[in-house]
Amino acid sequence: MAEAWDFLRTDKMPHIWCPGCGHGVMMNALLRTMAKLDVNKDDICVVSGIGCASRLPGYLDFNTLHTTHGRALAFATGIKLANPRLKVIVVSGDGDATAIGGNHLIHAARRNMDITLICMNNNIYGMTNGQYSPMTPTSMLATTAPYGNLERNFDLCKLVEGCGANYVARATAAHPRNISQYIEYALTHKGFQFVEVMTQCPTYYGRRNKLGGPVEMINSLKQNTILNTAAAKLPPEKLEGKIQIGEFVKKEELTYLDRFDAMVDRITGGVKP
Amino acid sequence: MADRLRLMQGNEACALAAAMAGVRFFAGYPITPSTEIAEQMSEMLPKLGGKFIQMEDEIASMAAIVGASLAGMKSMTATSGPGFSLKQENIGFATFTEVPCVVVNVQRTGPSTGLPTNTAQGDMMQAKYGSHGDIPAIALYPSTVPEIFDMTIKAINISEMLRQPVILLMDEIIAHMREKILVPTQEEVDKMLVSRPKPAKGIDKYLPYDASMSDVPPLAAYGEGYRFHVTGLYHDATGFPTSKPAEVDAKIRRIHRKVNNVVDDITFLRYDQMDDAEYAIVSCGSTARSARRAVVLAREKGIKVGSLQLKTIWPFPEAKVSEVCSKVKKVIVPEMNMGQMVHEVERVAKGRCKVVPYNRVDGEPLTPEEILETLAKEVAW
Amino acid sequence: MRKELRLSGSGGQGLITAGIILAEAAMRDGLEAVQTQSYGPEARGGAAKAEVILSDAEVDYPKVTSPDYILAMTPIACDRYGCNIKPGAKLVVDEDLVPNAPDSKHCYKFPITKISKEITGRPLSANIVALGVLNELFKFVSPERLEEAVRQRVPKASVEDNVRALNEGIRYTREKMQDK
Repeated sequence: MAEAWDFLRTDKMPHIWCPGCGHGVMMNALLRTMAKLDVNKDDICVVSGIGCASRLPGYLDFNTLHTTHGRALAFATGIKLANPRLKVIVVSGDGDATAIGGNHLIHAARRNMDITLICMNNNIYGMTNGQYSPMTPTSMLATTAPYGNLERNFDLCKLVEGCGANYVARATAAHPRNISQYIEYALTHKGFQFVEVMTQCPTYYGRRNKLGGPVEMINSLKQNTILNTAAAKLPPEKLEGKIQIGEFVKKEELTYLDRFDAMVDRITGGVKP
Repeated sequence: MADRLRLMQGNEACALAAAMAGVRFFAGYPITPSTEIAEQMSEMLPKLGGKFIQMEDEIASMAAIVGASLAGMKSMTATSGPGFSLKQENIGFATFTEVPCVVVNVQRTGPSTGLPTNTAQGDMMQAKYGSHGDIPAIALYPSTVPEIFDMTIKAINISEMLRQPVILLMDEIIAHMREKILVPTQEEVDKMLVSRPKPAKGIDKYLPYDASMSDVPPLAAYGEGYRFHVTGLYHDATGFPTSKPAEVDAKIRRIHRKVNNVVDDITFLRYDQMDDAEYAIVSCGSTARSARRAVVLAREKGIKVGSLQLKTIWPFPEAKVSEVCSKVKKVIVPEMNMGQMVHEVERVAKGRCKVVPYNRVDGEPLTPEEILETLAKEVAW
Repeated sequence: MRKELRLSGSGGQGLITAGIILAEAAMRDGLEAVQTQSYGPEARGGAAKAEVILSDAEVDYPKVTSPDYILAMTPIACDRYGCNIKPGAKLVVDEDLVPNAPDSKHCYKFPITKISKEITGRPLSANIVALGVLNELFKFVSPERLEEAVRQRVPKASVEDNVRALNEGIRYTREKMQDK
């Protein structure tokens, strides 16, 4: 039985993340899931774009690709189609996936492309020192929103659900078991599998918005979230200001590759080229 | 034989050549005048065990072919001016991470949306300098349908051989015209093909950028058991980021050197009536066809002129153009742009002959008569 | 030998297909052939134009600059391309569709679309009738190769109709020229 440790490129440590960053919690949960599933390292490909979260693949002992800003899903699409045997996982930050990569996000989900996307949402562009992203809540501060953010943020899970993904779930760095559970589901199912993981960025987002240190931010993630199944039983006024976590979509609709394979069968009369 | 003799459109010849040369992944986005290439690929590839996908934008289609190539498939995309601009960042990524792929750019009149879909040659410099940083660009540019077939295969081969993107330039005229071609048999094509260098089987540690044996390190495919890392950051032999000045310097110099070392092998030219020429016309693409006609017309008037067609644009065939410049009095450089390749010719001529630009920029084909007029003026002057 | 042809009219008249068929027939006859079509402002307003160059040597410049043969299937096409032709060039028009055709010994008038309707019941084969007329008048390619090219290019269901249209174009032209 493999251990989480076995999937790390330990010689690439230390990682670049700041003390107290929530991304490591996600990586830990991902590795534990890999160990539990006892995956063959050679069959896993992890792709990222640009940003703090996108440094993650470098630490993992899989086939790994660190691409251009926002484009990870497009590179991953090419990899998956060229070699469908590979389990392709994209890890991204919120700026990477929802701003510059927003177009690729909605279309990968719409195609129900056989890719797992894990978006580490820390509400900020961390690598460039704290500019606001499409996931920065309204009126919060950032270096490019010194008077408060004017824009509204996405409900990312609703967005991806609307695009037609087979699986949509959200957890936070304060809920590592949920992260593992959702990633396990995502890695063992076909089609577009989306897991949003809310993480804390004490260095830029937390400090500028006076949200306290890592501990306070983790506590706040814990206190301000509610499981969607529990939320369903509460009146709307009790949900004010709460972030819902949980599994929002669990479908097994035909994926892009299902349809592609069926098309090939149809046009070749079942004779594999 | 009968069905190999075909009247074929330029774009169709490009797609067919790619499929016969083993391209099995194509990602594209619709844009005139290149769309027929995507249409042909969408029809052929699924039947050949390949994959076609129409991506959400030009950037994504460039990204997808790089991903597919890393997973081991020969990959290609095709576009035109505005799309070529959008692809540049990922062309730079592929060049820097040394991932083979072919990008076809069927030039149309720019800047911006320009004149869809009139002909032009405005992207000559973009093919070299389009991406940021120092890119060792390779760009080929055919002028006839049989040449399109041939240069498509050459572009794929060079890209595989050197582990880097190759740009195949065309223009609207040659992309859309139909012309006679004798399509080679699959066996004939197979004999021409070159594959990317692969790591030896059963090695302990694979280093994706280990250039100790060759400036073109072997490239494994994802899923073959090597679990290597690829990044657009400066990287060392292992593929992982480095900022050590010596390693940074070595990386950028090597990717230029690997192209410079094979310039002669990847320089393709066509000479017409250059043996006794006192004047030369240096051109490429459909304009080279106008130049050849102008040579015929001028020779009828007793002007000793010849034509040099550059089928390789980048790296610029310096030695061969220099040779021409040392032999003739004047060189005419007709282009359907404001003057791009003419600067390269001037640079190489080093004042030994007069270099005369002729530019047509109204979206219409540059005619033989215009070249002849320009030439006649220069002869009389 | 370099012959430049311009087939002009409006979209839907099948002129590009006609250009391709002629070029393919020429190719099978051992000639060099290039076919192009125009886009841009010229092609607006439903105008369509196909150009073919036939040559016994490599075709260098692929565009038609001063056509030797012009087919005009609409009044606009005749105005634009048929009224100012170079000396010795030949103009062929559909006599029912192009009332503005010049009266000149270089202008040949044929009921092209009418023949198509009579033979096939529809105007759709006018392009093929025109090919028959043009080739009978000017002998670009062998009739056998032309028929072969028609059979290969037109939709399967309409092969026989189109071959009859081609042959009627040829027969009509032969008779009319004999009468002259």
